[in-house]
Amino acid sequence: MVWVNAIVQGMLLGGLYALFAAGLSLMFGVMRFVNLAHGDFIVTAAYLMLALVGMLNVHWAFAILLVPAVLGAAGYFNQRILLNRVLGGDLLPPVLVTFGLSIIIQNALLEVFSADSQRLNAGWLDTASFQLGGGIAIGALPLMMFLAAVAVIGGLQFIFYKTALGRMLRATSDDPAMVPLMGGNNGHVFAIATLLASVVVGIAGIFLAVKTNFDPAAGPARLLFAFEAVIIGGLGSLWGTLIGGVILGVAQTLGAQIDAGYQILAGHLVFLAILVARPRGLLPKM
Amino acid sequence: MTTLLETRDLKAFYGDFQALFGIDVTVADGETVALIGANGAGKSTFLRAITGMLPAAGQQISFGGQTVAGWAADRIHKAGIAMVPEGRRLFPSLTVEENLLIGASGGRKGPWDLAAVYALFPDLVAKKTNPGTALSGGQQQMVAIGRALMSNPRLLLCDEISLGLAPKVIKDIYRAVPQIREGGTAILVVEQDVGQALAVADRVYCFMEGRVTLTGTPAELTRAQIAQAYFGAKTEEAA
Ligand SMILES: Nc1ncnc2c1ncn2[C@@H]1O[C@H](COP(=O)(O)OP(=O)(O)OP(=O)(O)O)[C@@H](O)[C@H]1O
Ligand SMILES: [Mg+2]
Repeated sequence: MVWVNAIVQGMLLGGLYALFAAGLSLMFGVMRFVNLAHGDFIVTAAYLMLALVGMLNVHWAFAILLVPAVLGAAGYFNQRILLNRVLGGDLLPPVLVTFGLSIIIQNALLEVFSADSQRLNAGWLDTASFQLGGGIAIGALPLMMFLAAVAVIGGLQFIFYKTALGRMLRATSDDPAMVPLMGGNNGHVFAIATLLASVVVGIAGIFLAVKTNFDPAAGPARLLFAFEAVIIGGLGSLWGTLIGGVILGVAQTLGAQIDAGYQILAGHLVFLAILVARPRGLLPKM
Repeated sequence: MTTLLETRDLKAFYGDFQALFGIDVTVADGETVALIGANGAGKSTFLRAITGMLPAAGQQISFGGQTVAGWAADRIHKAGIAMVPEGRRLFPSLTVEENLLIGASGGRKGPWDLAAVYALFPDLVAKKTNPGTALSGGQQQMVAIGRALMSNPRLLLCDEISLGLAPKVIKDIYRAVPQIREGGTAILVVEQDVGQALAVADRVYCFMEGRVTLTGTPAELTRAQIAQAYFGAKTEEAA
């Protein structure tokens, strides 16, 4: 029963990893662009949530709307003003620029919030859970995390495959040079992709804030989990990203079941095994 | 007839390489004009310069009475120039219908919508949910033309729409031209098949090595003139 429990908890944890990963997957899918500051943006969103609710006493219902909105707007302008300038040519400039952004963000967070690790107190939600019998309990918060991940991936899937915006995003992913001949503007479409990814980053940050302790240097580890989930699932595939997150989460909780020290290691090992067996991931898109 | 498109002394470069050396071309409202010329003559380059895909800032390209040289390609598209590019360039992850719909992204109104394109190319109806790139070459070309028409252009640029297609398929595709003209759209076709170009066009320009070497109506031009303009002096010696 402890193993079943570990698998269930791992799946729920996988929801969080899928939330970490969805934005990365989306930006890569549309722009072939890897944002090395992705994890730091998630941590920034977590601090924003902490500052609003924990320090400024903003009502949480308002804060959970405000954080994704602020991140989305910031993402749009970051793409238009900064990132679009390094896109399209060599692979190296975007890597260097986002690596630099990562360092800047970590130092800014350190300056404002100190190096102490923090966590947002979610009150009764922290401990609420449902008993499934057989010693398995599902925490309300992990369940919300998982449902949020399914909703986010489902929502992105809807936008991509059922709307005019999604059509434009997929066309841009296929052949950006042709898009202006359709009346589309590459710079704007790229920025819309980053806006969507950043809204998801905002949602991921909210859950990070209440789920675990975090500190200004927590970003790169989130980036690593996100990377692993994206690559396990297959580059550019959104449902694949969810599956990748779940596999990573289950691997980690099973590892932790063997020995608490094996949690992270087990995740990496499963990632490596899948990379060797299926280098293009489980549901490759391209 | 009023002038729709006019280029004066248009030059184009790829880095240091000069591909066009001062091209003067005009297209009147509703007119069909053909560009002919050998491989590498600069025909596609000319179309790219008009659409804004190649930088043309500071040059003389007027369209509908406005100077459009230097405009971004999406702005030129919204002003009413649509292109059927060399090699068709359909979007592989979009279905046939999505490929058509994306052509309408500029929001221009006019006679062309999904129903009108399906009426023009009935073969496409049964294929509308297929990926665009899963069709035969001729059908892909129909999608590419339909996609351009969906923007309700004032000027339709077609780059070698018969390339690589069987003669019967070429006929099917060129049958659409009169119906496109009826909608009031001017057409500029690049065509290596001189017979096809003379059959469809009101006027013809021949390009050679980045220059216009001949222009006139199909009735005015003789075979000898065209051969001379197409291949230059060398073939005349051979002949
Ligand atoms: N992207 C490019 N970079 C460098 N040179 C180019 C490029 N595209 C075309 N050229 C050169 O410009 C010249 C004109 O090419 P263009 O493609 O316009 O010819 P074309 O008349 O369309 O020929 P074709 O019938 O083969 O399509 C050629 O010498 C070609 O080699
Ligand atoms: Mg060409």
